This record gives sequence, C-alpha cells and structure tokens, in this order.
Amino acid sequence: MTQVLLVGTDCSECSHRAVDYAAKWARLANLRLYIVHVIQWSPFTFSTLQENEERHMRREAELERAHSQIIDPVVADLQSKGVDAEGVVRHGDPAETLSELANELDATNIIIGRKGQSLIKTKLFGSVASTLVQISDQPVTVIP
Amino acid sequence: MSIRKSGLALLGLLNSMPVFAEGGVDSKINDAIEPFADAVSGFIFSSFPIAGVPFPFVLVWLIVGATFFTFYFRFINFRAFRHGFQLIRGDYSDPTAAGEVTHFQALATAVSGTVGLGNIAGVAVAVSLGGPGATFWMILAGLLGMSSKFVECTLGVKYRNEYTDGTVSGGPMYYLSKGLAERSDKLKSLGKVLAVLFAIFCVGGSFGGGNMFQANQSFKQVVAVTGGDVSWLADKGWLFGLVIATLVGLVIIGGIRGIARVTSKIVPFMAAVYVTAGLVIIFSNFSALPAAFAAIVNGAFTPEGISGGIIGVLFQGFKRAAFSNEAGIGSAAIAHSAVRTNRPVTEGFVALYEPFIDTVVVCTITALVIIVTGTWNPSVDPSQGVALTSAAFESSISWFPWILTLAVVLFAFSTMISWSYYGLKAWTYLFGESMITDVVYKVMFLTFVVIGSSMELGSVIDFSDAMIFAMAFPNMLGIYFLVPVVKKELNEYWADYKAGRLQKFGDAANRA
Repeated sequence: MTQVLLVGTDCSECSHRAVDYAAKWARLANLRLYIVHVIQWSPFTFSTLQENEERHMRREAELERAHSQIIDPVVADLQSKGVDAEGVVRHGDPAETLSELANELDATNIIIGRKGQSLIKTKLFGSVASTLVQISDQPVTVIP
Repeated sequence: MSIRKSGLALLGLLNSMPVFAEGGVDSKINDAIEPFADAVSGFIFSSFPIAGVPFPFVLVWLIVGATFFTFYFRFINFRAFRHGFQLIRGDYSDPTAAGEVTHFQALATAVSGTVGLGNIAGVAVAVSLGGPGATFWMILAGLLGMSSKFVECTLGVKYRNEYTDGTVSGGPMYYLSKGLAERSDKLKSLGKVLAVLFAIFCVGGSFGGGNMFQANQSFKQVVAVTGGDVSWLADKGWLFGLVIATLVGLVIIGGIRGIARVTSKIVPFMAAVYVTAGLVIIFSNFSALPAAFAAIVNGAFTPEGISGGIIGVLFQGFKRAAFSNEAGIGSAAIAHSAVRTNRPVTEGFVALYEPFIDTVVVCTITALVIIVTGTWNPSVDPSQGVALTSAAFESSISWFPWILTLAVVLFAFSTMISWSYYGLKAWTYLFGESMITDVVYKVMFLTFVVIGSSMELGSVIDFSDAMIFAMAFPNMLGIYFLVPVVKKELNEYWADYKAGRLQKFGDAANRA
C-alpha cells in the first residue's frame, strides 16, 4: 500500500514551501501526495432566497476556480517532476475538513504552510494550523 | 427604458404627489384603494354560518386539509420530528456535497420569510378579539399546519426546475402543472389552470400580506414610538413608504445584494432577541403563569364575552396561525425548493419545523407575554396589532418598544424581500422571463409599499389576508391529487431509514 501525505494549500505562491517539503519526502519515500484546498464554508450560515437559488451554480464556479488557479498548476508541476500527486477541493471549515480528509484518504501525515498573520488576529480567530494540531488524528507538520 | 431610469421615474412620480394632493396624500390613496380592497376581501372570505358565526370557507379549507394530511401521513408532524432535526443538524449530509444549499439554510431562509409581523401584530389581534383561548387554537393550527408544510415542501423539491446554468426554481406553479400532468392526461389541463391561478394569487399576495401589511404595520409602530398622534411622522405614511420602497428597490432593482445579505443575518438575531425578551417577561411573571394557562384552556372551550363563543375564538386562533405560518398557502414550497438533495421527502421533514418555530414557539411566546402582563383587554382596538404587543413588552421592559420597532421594521423588510421573490417567481411563470416583465413587476411591488404605508389598517389587513389566503385554493386542491406521490416517496424513504440503509456522516460516524 502506498503511503499518503496530505498537503493543505491556500494559494499557489504562499504554500510552495509546504509543497516543496512534501515533494521532497514523496520522492525519497515514494509517497503519494494529495494537494488539498478548502474553500471556507459553513452549513449553518444564513442566506437569502436569491443566494440559495444560485448556490449550486456558484459552487461549481468556486470549485472550477480553485482547481484552475490554485490546485491544478501545483499538481501539474509535481507530476512533471515525477511525483505521484492528485488535487482535491472541498468546501468546509479548513482545519476540520483537512482532518476529515486525512482520515478518509488514510493519510499518514498532514503538511500545511503557516500564514504570517498577526498575533492579535490569531488570538481572536485562531489559525488553521493551531486548530488542526488540536483536532487532527494524524501527525501535523507545519512549515513556516 | 433602463432599470435605473424606470426606478427614478417611479420615485419622481411619487415625489410629485404631495404637490397636487390637497387633503393629505394618505387619505387620498386610502379613499381610492379602499372600495377595491374591501370587494376583494369580501369575495375571498365569503363565509357560511357555523353555530351562528360566519366562518370563512377558506379557513375551513385550510384546516380540513391540514387535518387530512396529518391523518393520511399518520401523524408525520410528530413521527418525523426527531429525524427532521437530525437532517437539519447535518447527520446525513455527504461531505463531498459540501458547499451546496443545506437543509439548515433552506429552513432558515424560509423561516425568516415567515417570522414577521404575523407573529407580533397578528397574535395581538387574535388575543384581543378572541381572548386568551385563541392561543390554544393557534397552537393546534400550528401543529396541524406542520403536515401541510411537509406535503408542500416535498412536492416543491420533487417537481422543481433545474436549469442548465445550475440555478433551480420550484414551487406550487411547477408541482401543480408537472405533477398533475404526470398523474393522468385528464388532470393535465386542470394542473395548468391551478398553476396559473396560484401564480396570479401569489402575485396578489406578494402585494398584499407580503408587502402592504408589512409596510403598514411597521409604519404604525414607528409612529407610535416617535410620539403617537403628535409624531412628526403621523400623517406622513407616504414618506415612510418612500424610504422603505427605496431600500427595497435598492435590493430588488439595484441588485445591491449586500443589503439583503446583511438583513438575512440580522433577522435571526432579532428573532432571538425577541424570543429571549419574551421568555424573560414570561418567567418574571412566573406567578401569573398558571392562571394564564388556565385562561388559555378555559377560554378555548368556554369563552366568556367573546362574540361567537367557542367558534369565534377558534376562528381567531386559526386565522392568525394560518396567516403567520402560511401552511397550505404554498409560499414555503418556493423557498424550500433550493435545497440540494436527491430525496425530496427529506426537505418535507425539515419543513415541519417551520410552523413549529413560527407558530408553536414564537406566536405562543407573544400570546403569553400579552396574557401574563395583563395587557390583553377585549376592549382594545384590534387595529392596533403591533401597538398592543409593544405595550405588553413595555409594561415589563420600559425601553423595549424601541427594540421592538427595530425588529418590526427589519422583519417587515425581510418579509418584503422574500415575498418580492415569491411574487416575481409567480410573475415570470405567467409572463416569462425578460428584463421588461421583471422591471414591471418590481416597480409595481414598490408602488404597493407606498400605498400600504398610507392606508388605514382595516382595509389593508383584510385585503392582505384575502390575497394570501386565495393562494390556498389552487394549491391545496392540486395537492389532494398529489398526496399518493408523496406517500410513495415517504414510504420508500422511511423503510430505508428504519432499516438503517441511509448513510450517516459527521461526528457520530467518525466516533463509531
């Protein structure tokens, strides 16, 4: 069975260090990489009738944009370097969704980049990295 | 004519009114509309006597229907209550479908469309005309109405239109026409007729209860907190109407979605504030509670001093419950149909919560506040709906009328936005989708906002009721032909549910 690593990405540029790190290990140990982007979304928000009517259409557009602008270029680049990589885009809370996906895909490790956000913002809203460390069932590697 | 131009033209027209209206714009508008409004409501509410009390046929129609659905689906309103909650909580939501409209969102959107003045003003009218006993019948009507919503919303999802661009559109227009056509060739033309009738009444309802009533009652409350008869605003209903019409216009014509989006987030918050304040008042008058419950039960069966006796009380309770939760009216089916599910009946289970929250919870809280504070007074002028509720809250929390005013205006605003959506769906069903039909409807809608705030309550309330209740005739008639379809869906689903064949997701599954 191929071992699997999950890599969380925000955008192509800001996550390249996490991707590079994961790629290094993938090549060394012949691992499979899932490059994951989570679109912030909650099932319990309040929406208007108009928004509901168009939701399916917008979701498709969001998925399409996440693939074409964030995930696909990274995956193509990895594949050209001979890494076994696949892209996944999901809606949800970033930390929870990454953790659930790791379980679903039997990932042995989750690798994410760290956003350089201010301390105050982190104190108020938390960060994906710190939440993930709290809730994940797998080891989490945070790349600064 | 561009959208912006036509909007400006309308505002210009309305602005020029005070120039030629000598005897007050409000009374001019009122005089012009009143005879028409009275004629329409007289027709819709044609009644026959039950025990000497004139009982409108449409109410009998709604209650008989709701009772029939309750028995036909073997008390689905209680049976599926728990499962409905699991669906709302997302226990059965597939994570790969995340990002679609959830059961929670469909329900929340539908509830913000119905929680509104009916819960505040309507209840006050019911309790003042029918006594505390009206509360009992109101709750009963709410419980039965849950079954009506179940059927409507299941059908709304089952027969909705899904367009190639990914948008969806559903509601009685579609299940009446498509559903009946599916039953048999003979029913096809009946379905078409019912769908068109429904759409016509829905447009009317969107101008009446979904618009004029809201504008009218929120204006009354704003006048009341700013000084009553001596308020600077007292004779300026048209001005208030213009302001509201401009705001609604910004959303529905100007496409400024931010306003609608903010409203959709504030309304649930205001509803929570209202319910909390209500509970605080009820529990701070704890000692009056047993007497209040006794008055509700006794008043329901052996009312004293209520015109029409038991039937009169029952009439008030049923009428206000129906007006508030709209069960059997068909509007909710439009709101619920946007949910993403391949089992239509699941949205029916979720929709059970709508009359429950609206009538059994919120309306009952209003009624209890009015009763325990002793603000209920049979001699109070029933046209002062909101004012009565406001006084009830004020007697315990002196500054609450200000909060209530904000809530009333916000609820009215969000109800108007919702109904402009329902009305437009019906309108485009009738006249097709185009830029021009769209703008024509929206300009008419805004005009009625101004008319509504200028009219006296009596004719507004009757006309509003009439147009909204009229929708129940084609809707419920068609549903009787479609109940076997719902029954089949329900039985298949319920068998899967009971046998554990439905996949559960979420935390519970992870822990297992």
